[in-house]
Amino acid sequence: MERIIFGDNQFFAVNHISDEKSRAQSIKFKDDSAIIKTLDIAIASGINTFMCTTHDRIANICEIIRQDPEKYQDFKIYPCMPYAHKYANAVTELGIAGTLKQYVPGNFVSSLFKGGMAYVSKDFISIMELMVDAEMKMFKGINTPVIFLQNVITDLLLGLGMNEFLIGFANYVRQKYNAEPGFITMNLPKLLDVLEKGGITNPIICTSINKVNFRMSGGKEIYEKTLREGRCRVIAMQVLGGGAIPASEALEYVSNLPNIESILFGASSKQNIENTVETIKYHDQKNKERLITRYNEYEDQYASPVSAVN
Amino acid sequence: MVKIALIGAGKMGLSHLSILGAHPNVEIVGVCDTSKMVVQVLERYSGYKCFSDYQKMVEETHPDAVFVSVPTKYHYPMVKELLKRRINVFTEKPFCLNPEESIELAQLAKAAGVINQVGYHNKFVGTFREVKRLVKAGAIGEITHFQGEAYGPVVVKKKSETWRSDPTEGGGCLMDYASHVIDLINDIIAPIESCKGSILKSIYSKNVDDSVYALVGIESGVSGVISVNWSDETYRKMSTSVTIIGTEGKIESDANELKVYFKGDKFPKGYSKGWNVKYVTDLTDEVAFYLRGEEYSAQIDYFIKSVTGENSHDINTFDSAWKTDKSISLIKKQSSYV
Repeated sequence: MERIIFGDNQFFAVNHISDEKSRAQSIKFKDDSAIIKTLDIAIASGINTFMCTTHDRIANICEIIRQDPEKYQDFKIYPCMPYAHKYANAVTELGIAGTLKQYVPGNFVSSLFKGGMAYVSKDFISIMELMVDAEMKMFKGINTPVIFLQNVITDLLLGLGMNEFLIGFANYVRQKYNAEPGFITMNLPKLLDVLEKGGITNPIICTSINKVNFRMSGGKEIYEKTLREGRCRVIAMQVLGGGAIPASEALEYVSNLPNIESILFGASSKQNIENTVETIKYHDQKNKERLITRYNEYEDQYASPVSAVN
Repeated sequence: MVKIALIGAGKMGLSHLSILGAHPNVEIVGVCDTSKMVVQVLERYSGYKCFSDYQKMVEETHPDAVFVSVPTKYHYPMVKELLKRRINVFTEKPFCLNPEESIELAQLAKAAGVINQVGYHNKFVGTFREVKRLVKAGAIGEITHFQGEAYGPVVVKKKSETWRSDPTEGGGCLMDYASHVIDLINDIIAPIESCKGSILKSIYSKNVDDSVYALVGIESGVSGVISVNWSDETYRKMSTSVTIIGTEGKIESDANELKVYFKGDKFPKGYSKGWNVKYVTDLTDEVAFYLRGEEYSAQIDYFIKSVTGENSHDINTFDSAWKTDKSISLIKKQSSYV
């Protein structure tokens, strides 16, 4: 995975601290062209991975990308499914069974209900697989090396102890899409334990990591401990703590944590995108230099006598 | 371990189950639902003992507390039955179809000496908690007027009927959506005790209201406007806000952002003259397990701690939910005069 990944919250008026800002964003990104323009700025800044929900409007964006294969040659999308509000609204309107009937392609669910037959466990895993297929349709022909389960679903299943669906998702994504499964969660330590127990080692997990303890369930300390153990490939999200921390301070904190493979951020303006990329690069460079200095010091102290003996 | 059973594994029920399932001090002893499919999934994948008859569930599993998340019209008979058995109860909002049922349950709960809570989760939102603290401390002086608003995209086209579109089951914007705002105002300022005019308007629904506009009053002379519309698709999800005007300042708050204006040189610690902005991130305590907002986890943790006697148990009691039902019924009654 690339060090910096571009997110999509700003495109869909998701703002964790201000309804006013979210309104402004929804006006700014009313047209798909505004989204593409911002994506192009991100690409020009050296970011080639876009992580996005399976929102209806992403289908349009995918179409634009497909039409210009040369320009988007190195461009990758990490789909995150499902777009939870779509299903939440459907459940309010249609109930759980009605929602499944509406969103699972084909007659599979209807025939299940009509037949009145006893469902066997495999049926439910199959329903999940069909739903994954439905969500993946819009990405046809686009490079999607990692496919994520959204946090509301990951965490709902986690709390319900429905670990088989989490494992089932991982297996299916590998087998059908030849992609790495990823999980978004607000409960990193708990999820990691469950995935490991289900036989998924070193999973890709995207989770809140920030200086102010925002959405880090159980507290920052246990997250930092989990990171030090290096048991998973982490994408840090919500690094600005929902906007509560100044960007430079926030990025310094997260850049200096161990075992964070990627940092996910979203921004609307050219200046913010470029500043964020530069700041992360600056801290990464500093860390690299610090490592080299430390290595050289080690070499000076121990390495030469050893090699002399040899 | 607190032994919990749940009735009604729909949208709210599943959310409660997930949070309860992750709670270190909770054991889920039974789940009751009428959907065969839901029951099968929960039995097979979560390993819960499931029932289709809640009385049988209670008899067999002996829970310390029961969560009731079924359509509103069933709250009264089910909660009454549970109270008879002296079981602690958490029930979804709104509490009952009318205040007569609510007061009866509130009194029964008191007599039974059991913990009772209603799921008005906004009271566990950091910004609204801070609004209450400021108002109760008199930080913006004497309150003269308020505005309580909620908008969201629940019913944005003519569509199929569910219990939410049936007035006899507790559906409609006033009961389902505006109740949140009314409950917040009742808690932050004082219960709404009069309604001078109200309009309950259907936009897409056939049988229930999709929006509520009301001019209301509080005994002390404070006036207020309630403006709620669940057919507003310019909002991505429900947005609830309160504006409170006082002689010494003004508060505007939603679930994310709190803005306070102080006129003079008297203001609480951490604030200054003029506008102040605080974010929910600064005002929210972390939770042990996060699903869909800290407030959902916090209200459940609060209930569990009430059952184990670790807090004073005075948030979202049946008594406070009865007052909210009373305010709702005033607004409903007034609208029929229009």
